[in-house]
Amino acid sequence: MSRQALGQGAREAAGVPAAVLAAGYLGFGALAAAHDVPLAFALAATAVIWALPAQLILLEMHTLGAPFVATVLTVVLSSARFLPMTLMLMPLMRAERHRRWHYYVAAQLLALTGWTMAVARFPRIGQAERLPWFFGFALVCMAASVLATAAGYMIADRLTPLARTGLVFMAPMYYLLILTGGVRDRPAGLGLAFGALAGPLAYLAAPQWSVLIGGFAGGTLAYLVMRRRTSDG
Amino acid sequence: MAELWLLLAVCGVATYAWRGLGVLISGRLDARSEAFTWISCVAYAMIAGLVARMLVMPTGALAETTALERALGSAAALAAYFWLTRRNLFAGVLAGATAVWLLKLAG
Repeated sequence: MSRQALGQGAREAAGVPAAVLAAGYLGFGALAAAHDVPLAFALAATAVIWALPAQLILLEMHTLGAPFVATVLTVVLSSARFLPMTLMLMPLMRAERHRRWHYYVAAQLLALTGWTMAVARFPRIGQAERLPWFFGFALVCMAASVLATAAGYMIADRLTPLARTGLVFMAPMYYLLILTGGVRDRPAGLGLAFGALAGPLAYLAAPQWSVLIGGFAGGTLAYLVMRRRTSDG
Repeated sequence: MAELWLLLAVCGVATYAWRGLGVLISGRLDARSEAFTWISCVAYAMIAGLVARMLVMPTGALAETTALERALGSAAALAAYFWLTRRNLFAGVLAGATAVWLLKLAG
């Protein structure tokens, strides 16, 4: 593992990415406190699940008294996006000198923030440096999120609705800028464009399945359009 | 309370299953293959769809903002990021959040 790339990734995370995650996880911590689950549970959820939508589902459904199996199924469905995300990122981080189990650890650290930054940054990072860079980046992200969960839990009753609105708006802005600023090739550009259209449409038809359906429909359409354009010359 | 922890454990394993499966299958995936290109398209489309849905049809605390507030906030973020600064993420995110915050304060 290259210490330099690890440090570089950590430094890049310790700024806007960590702040945006912190904003999201402050909200999760505050919600956990409002739902009367123990602080240790909120912290463990952040470290173990490491996917804010799934954590919110778990918390909400538990509070609503939803059946065990229903909660697990909803969480499974909401996390399915990790399959294509991991499938795509791992080959980009492949290098002879890395051990196989490193990738399985990296997979646990993978989440939306690390993935979007990684695909935007990788073209300028050497192939062998990418995995350590990712570890540095993702570990700082997770540390910031665990701390923010604790902070949110403790300041829950002092957060005004106005402050909360500002905080929650940081996350979509961050993803919007990273995604539009990071477009470099055709799969990215077309995939983003078709996905942005297909996602909300799928949500209208079937909210629980929308991420999967929208992603597969939009992505496949983008792929077909790209193939046709390439074959036309 | 024990059931709550069991629920977390099962959900954690379930979430990791997708990630682990990704690593397992990716071992046989060539980054220059057609299959990889298609999976990239799907991955990008999933994320874009998720973010677009957050902005167009928000849920939770984000739903307390109006569509106009979100549109102006996004415009402020994009303008600050692409035009006012040289793709400074901090400036962009802050501009977007501040714009929405000010609109809410005024409205």
